[in-house]
Amino acid sequence: MDELLKILQKNALESHENIARMLNVPAAEVARRVAAYEQDGVIRGYQAVLNEDQLELDTVTAVIEVKVTPEREGGFNRIAERISRFPEVRSAYLMSGTYDLLIFVEGPNLQRVAAFVSEKLATINGVLSTSTHFMLKTYKRLGVLMESRHEDERLTVTP
Amino acid sequence: MKTNGSRSLPSRIADHVRDIPRSGIRDFFDIVSTMQDVISLGIGEPDFDTPWHVREATVFALERGATHYTSNLGYLELRRAIAGYVRRRFDVGYDPEREILITVGVSEALDLALRALLNPGDEVLYHEPCYVSYRATILFAHGVPRAVTTVAADGFRLTRALLERQVTPRTKVLMLNFPNNPTGAVMRRADLEELAAFAVAHDLLVITDEIYAELTYDGAHTSIASLPGLRERTIFLHGFSKAWAMTGYRLGYACGPAELIEAMMKVHQYTMLCASSLGQKAAIEALARPETDLEGMVAEYRRRRNVVAQAFDEMGLACSRPLGAFYAFPDIRKFGLSSKDFALRLLQEEKVAVVPGSAFGACGEGHVRCAYATSLENIREALTRLRRFMGRLA
Repeated sequence: MDELLKILQKNALESHENIARMLNVPAAEVARRVAAYEQDGVIRGYQAVLNEDQLELDTVTAVIEVKVTPEREGGFNRIAERISRFPEVRSAYLMSGTYDLLIFVEGPNLQRVAAFVSEKLATINGVLSTSTHFMLKTYKRLGVLMESRHEDERLTVTP
Repeated sequence: MKTNGSRSLPSRIADHVRDIPRSGIRDFFDIVSTMQDVISLGIGEPDFDTPWHVREATVFALERGATHYTSNLGYLELRRAIAGYVRRRFDVGYDPEREILITVGVSEALDLALRALLNPGDEVLYHEPCYVSYRATILFAHGVPRAVTTVAADGFRLTRALLERQVTPRTKVLMLNFPNNPTGAVMRRADLEELAAFAVAHDLLVITDEIYAELTYDGAHTSIASLPGLRERTIFLHGFSKAWAMTGYRLGYACGPAELIEAMMKVHQYTMLCASSLGQKAAIEALARPETDLEGMVAEYRRRRNVVAQAFDEMGLACSRPLGAFYAFPDIRKFGLSSKDFALRLLQEEKVAVVPGSAFGACGEGHVRCAYATSLENIREALTRLRRFMGRLA
């Protein structure tokens, strides 16, 4: 992967000026390359990585395994895209193994998520079955540990 | 307590130990450690955590009870892994049964090599500025240190011409350390070929400390041990501290001809017995997937190097381009302060710690060592403060 993308994936707020210094290239080139990645859809957005547990939000997240019937034309794509369009669905993946789609659904409470599953998801033509798991605690998200940052244990001056 | 008729305790300390000054780094550390909120560019070890799979393997080894003495040479499994790694990465082959010794860091390996090779009065050629312990380690082994001064104008590289001026019939060993602490200098293949010819011409043994080898940023690292005819007269020292961020594990190794390794092993056997069993287990795991661990860290150091080098350039701070390790060694002579005074004032006025160049040999005077083994955030803030400080001095 382009080193520019690696830097942005680690910290999307890094300025073009800073990235230019890190890569030893002109700032204008960084701006041009970032714009190109945005233009062709490689970069699809910039988000903060939140420790939602710490915010004590009244929301629940469910991880749902979905079995579906693939269609003659388009396989899993059409049904997966249809499911993905619901705003309640935060993430959706096609999986190998004992189920087909893994989706992450967020809702204000257990009842609302259950209602989404039974009324919206399970009733979609082609959905064979669902299995819902509620998430209890987040330890790591998007490569970021949710525990507090630890102190630097090194001595302040060493040979 | 001194009692009547007996000599004072300091007078009873062996001359060759008493006469060696304390490390200049330690003096400076004592001052820094009294202060709060210091941004330190003075730390000669990685800021990365040891890769998790290595730490996890250490815990597993502890649970399994790998807490006993190992063979004096170290676990054979580790020596085999090292032989494979050194062949792949450094292009030189060693027999894991007889030519590799696991040590307590490169520091022990260096001590063993010098003690095994030197008779009292034998001379050792080494280059300055250099790691703080070389001179002392030679003296502890009753050798005679002969420092060869390298200069910024030549990228702190060592040349045959410099060495020829210092070589005598008593010279026995040539000691090398590239990539270099504190200058960040590297030696390219052509540079090393010149030194190899010198070593052969004077029939010298070579001890090469390549602990920073993986941290080479523009171009490939070459080991002098891989050059034709050098393997048989070279002791190659390496370890896990820098590339795998395992400083506290204290794990290094020496590779060389069986006769020399056997002699080092004799000293090691009677003084150290073996390197830590847990450290050795961790090292086996580190070598199980070295490339994935290294790539990310090396890329990050390279970015920091770019940031530091460009900032020095813009500030008008002369600095030989750092090509390896994680140090920059800028020239501060234009401010008319000694390196110690510069470092002290920078610490007191801006709370940024750098190490006075004089700690790395007399010729390091006029420079300070800035380690970029800290986050880019810290580096940027330290550079801002340094710029402000220099503005006041100018």
